[in-house]
Amino acid sequence: MSNKKNYGMVIDTRVCVGCSACVYACKQENHVPEGYCRDWVVQETGGEYPKLTMENRSERCQHCDNAPCVTYCPTRASHYAEDGTVQVNRSLCTGCKACMAACPYDARFVHPEGFVDKCSLCQHRIEQGMETACVSICPTGSLNLVDFNNMDQKAKQLLSGKVVYRQKEHAGTEPSLHWISASNKPGA
Amino acid sequence: MSHGQNFSRRDFIKISSIFLAGSAAVTTATGHAFSGADDQVGDEGSRVVYSFCEHCFWRCGIAAHVRDGKVYKITGSEHHPLSQGKLCPRGTGGTGLLYDPDRLAHPLIRETKGGRQFYRKASWEEAISLVAEKLWNIKEEHGPGALAMLHHGYGVSFFKNMFSQIGVNKYAKPSYDLCCGPARQASVLTYGYPSDTPEGFDMKNSKYMIFFGTHFGENMHNTAVQEISDGIRNGAKIVVFDPRFSTLAGKAEHWLPIKPGTDIAMMQGLMHVLISENLYDKAFVEAHTVGFDELRDSVMEMTPEKVAEITEIPADAIRTIAREYAFHAPAAFVHSGRRTNWYGDALQRIRAIHILNALVGNFWMPGGVVAFKKFPLVQPPAAHEHPAYEKEAYSKYPFFPQDEPSNTITSHEIIEDTIAGNIKGLLIYGVNLPETMTLGRDKAIEAMKKAEFVVAVDVLPAEVTGYADVVLPECTYLERYDDLDNGRAFRTPFVALRQPAVAPMYDSKPGNEIAKMITEKWGIHGAFPPSVEKGLDRKLKLVGSSLAEIRKKGVLVMPETDLYRKPGESLNLKTPSGKVELASAQLKAAGFDAVPKYVPQPEAPAGFYRMLTGRKPMLTFGRTANNRFLGDLATAKENEVWVNNRIAEKHSLQNGEYVHLKNQNGVVSEFPVKVKVTQRIRTDAVYMVHGFGHTSAKLTWAYKRGASHNQLISRTDIDPAMGGVGFQNNFVTFIKEA
Repeated sequence: MSNKKNYGMVIDTRVCVGCSACVYACKQENHVPEGYCRDWVVQETGGEYPKLTMENRSERCQHCDNAPCVTYCPTRASHYAEDGTVQVNRSLCTGCKACMAACPYDARFVHPEGFVDKCSLCQHRIEQGMETACVSICPTGSLNLVDFNNMDQKAKQLLSGKVVYRQKEHAGTEPSLHWISASNKPGA
Repeated sequence: MSHGQNFSRRDFIKISSIFLAGSAAVTTATGHAFSGADDQVGDEGSRVVYSFCEHCFWRCGIAAHVRDGKVYKITGSEHHPLSQGKLCPRGTGGTGLLYDPDRLAHPLIRETKGGRQFYRKASWEEAISLVAEKLWNIKEEHGPGALAMLHHGYGVSFFKNMFSQIGVNKYAKPSYDLCCGPARQASVLTYGYPSDTPEGFDMKNSKYMIFFGTHFGENMHNTAVQEISDGIRNGAKIVVFDPRFSTLAGKAEHWLPIKPGTDIAMMQGLMHVLISENLYDKAFVEAHTVGFDELRDSVMEMTPEKVAEITEIPADAIRTIAREYAFHAPAAFVHSGRRTNWYGDALQRIRAIHILNALVGNFWMPGGVVAFKKFPLVQPPAAHEHPAYEKEAYSKYPFFPQDEPSNTITSHEIIEDTIAGNIKGLLIYGVNLPETMTLGRDKAIEAMKKAEFVVAVDVLPAEVTGYADVVLPECTYLERYDDLDNGRAFRTPFVALRQPAVAPMYDSKPGNEIAKMITEKWGIHGAFPPSVEKGLDRKLKLVGSSLAEIRKKGVLVMPETDLYRKPGESLNLKTPSGKVELASAQLKAAGFDAVPKYVPQPEAPAGFYRMLTGRKPMLTFGRTANNRFLGDLATAKENEVWVNNRIAEKHSLQNGEYVHLKNQNGVVSEFPVKVKVTQRIRTDAVYMVHGFGHTSAKLTWAYKRGASHNQLISRTDIDPAMGGVGFQNNFVTFIKEA
């Protein structure tokens, strides 16, 4: 057990149906302005008819352990928080977009009020012992908030024996989002 | 107001925007009625009001979070068995309806001056007086049978009570015809009880789930999606027969791109394999079913090879599915689906599904077919005597339900009867008739023009309101009480409360007040309780609770019920035989096939493609079409026509280009629709989501977005047994933009 938290997510794409409830819940929770969103859904189809494959993913900031946005932020607005998440200090952000250019996951946007915005992993909720808005609402249970320093039994079981990947690992970002692949066979 | 010509007595009127919410003074009352001591405290010091959703028929429990008199977010109720804290996008989108700037803000009355028809703003007193007078006069002159109601939505109970006071009993919800009616009646004929919501399948405990064209995930039935996800996590295999690679097909072990319209043949083929290879549950069939011999004989010739020719699915695959299905039984099922009415033969198709279930003995077994239970609410004695109905049942269809409180007739019979001049007055509650598929748009408009008097009760200036004589603005489900909901059956039976999170905005009123005002205008007093709260409290006291108690969590929940049969137990079903009816003597006696038989559907004309339809997960057709909050995502903004890549090449269509669609009768879509070139659909069909292409300019968000699926329905196939309307025998081709 560690006293230091390291929050991230395990996202089970086997069950995700791409309904976007996570996106709408986030928009309401975090007052994300019209026309913008902090998380989004990707539906990827592969293969040749009739042998087609599909993966649905709810994507967002990957809260990297080695985050290029933090490295390249000239004002230290983008920073690592105590709980292992990456946050933006709005009052320090000048909207210069260096972080947006550096982010390999295209997770950031310029808020109409001038600062750069992105998923906060609902830090304000986690602090109060709640799950993120997207995790709370997800009807399929695809989204799981996990403290990787203190993995509970459920998270361990979820990850065990399955094809699990992280996105763009070659970029060296050490992302905190772990994806259970839709290619896993039933019962994996 | 007549032009002298009966047929065009009512022109479509565009409602002036000065009568809509955008220009009206907003009253966001925070009065005492909306800050009761029972309210729960939310996560940011907000007030949490537990209620249930109205964005689709599923009626999930919601938690409306209120701050400074405004609902700022909606989450799933953790207390409600259908939500379990989770919610679909549409549920969160209640704020988009509540704060829709296009909302109807005042009662409106149709006027004619100088040959021009228009609406004028009216007081409630004036509008109610006019409605009461017109309905009463029609009843007096032509009898109560000349009045009818088309409805969709949970507030309708008050209007039924209102109409019952003057002996009117002619109600229809189009969803019976278009959607779930066949599944309901197939269940009655086979098992002796109607299908329910959620449908009776033990999904989370199942090991093998077969679906025919059912788009779970895209149709976002919260509880069902939760249970399928549990099933997948538990290792269940999914099989999907669908001409389109749906989201659910994307999760399937086997996706079988079946030729549309041939599902019954496939089901017969699966039965053939189960029977000829002795894979069926002989003990169950012998003890608990009737008609096996007749069934066996009827599928004898439906060999996998013959079925392969019809369905374009290889014979090996048919054998494999049947064997795997039997192997996993009884924790295996074939799902009966939700919108079942495709070709007018859905009663038989769903019967075939129930037979496939019975053959493997999954009836009331873990992971198979189950019958969820409802909360046994006690109905208080009627507060007021009402006159006897002229007739108890009106539908001419022999297997139209006799015991369904929402419907006494099909909606297309009401449309036809209005066009024929027999029905003179229509109350349309929450149904956007021109875009609701019963017999297509033209017939709906013809009926509304022909009626002597039309009153529309609605929240938004949907197309239907333009054809009404009087438009009564109802407040949204977040601003009102409705009747208690014990209509949903589930593992833990429950009764749920709809209660207001905020006071009605603008000059809108809840349906319960509107219905009461009309009834009292007729001089009938005492038909409604002194207040809706008192009425709810009275009902709850009869089951040992109270309004004050249920307001806290929005729901009363019973312990989990036992869903499974015990060995040697008799089923005592309410079918004529008391058993599961593989062959139905009732159907035979009425001149229909006792066992389902495949009948070929018409083929597409050359260069045309069968038009299939479905839904996006964040939208429910008319209820959400104008919802800016839900419409904000790129994937929600418009519908697309899905075209197979080979067909796109043949017609020189590019992904993302806009085309008009033309159907087999030459009807061309008003608005162009975006082409999605994809491998995810067969070459003989196209697919488009229903509920787009709105023509009412007052729906400022929905107007002209995408193309209307409903407009392109020129042909309908009516089920001669239960009266459902199929519309998948419509075919379209592409007209490229100049």
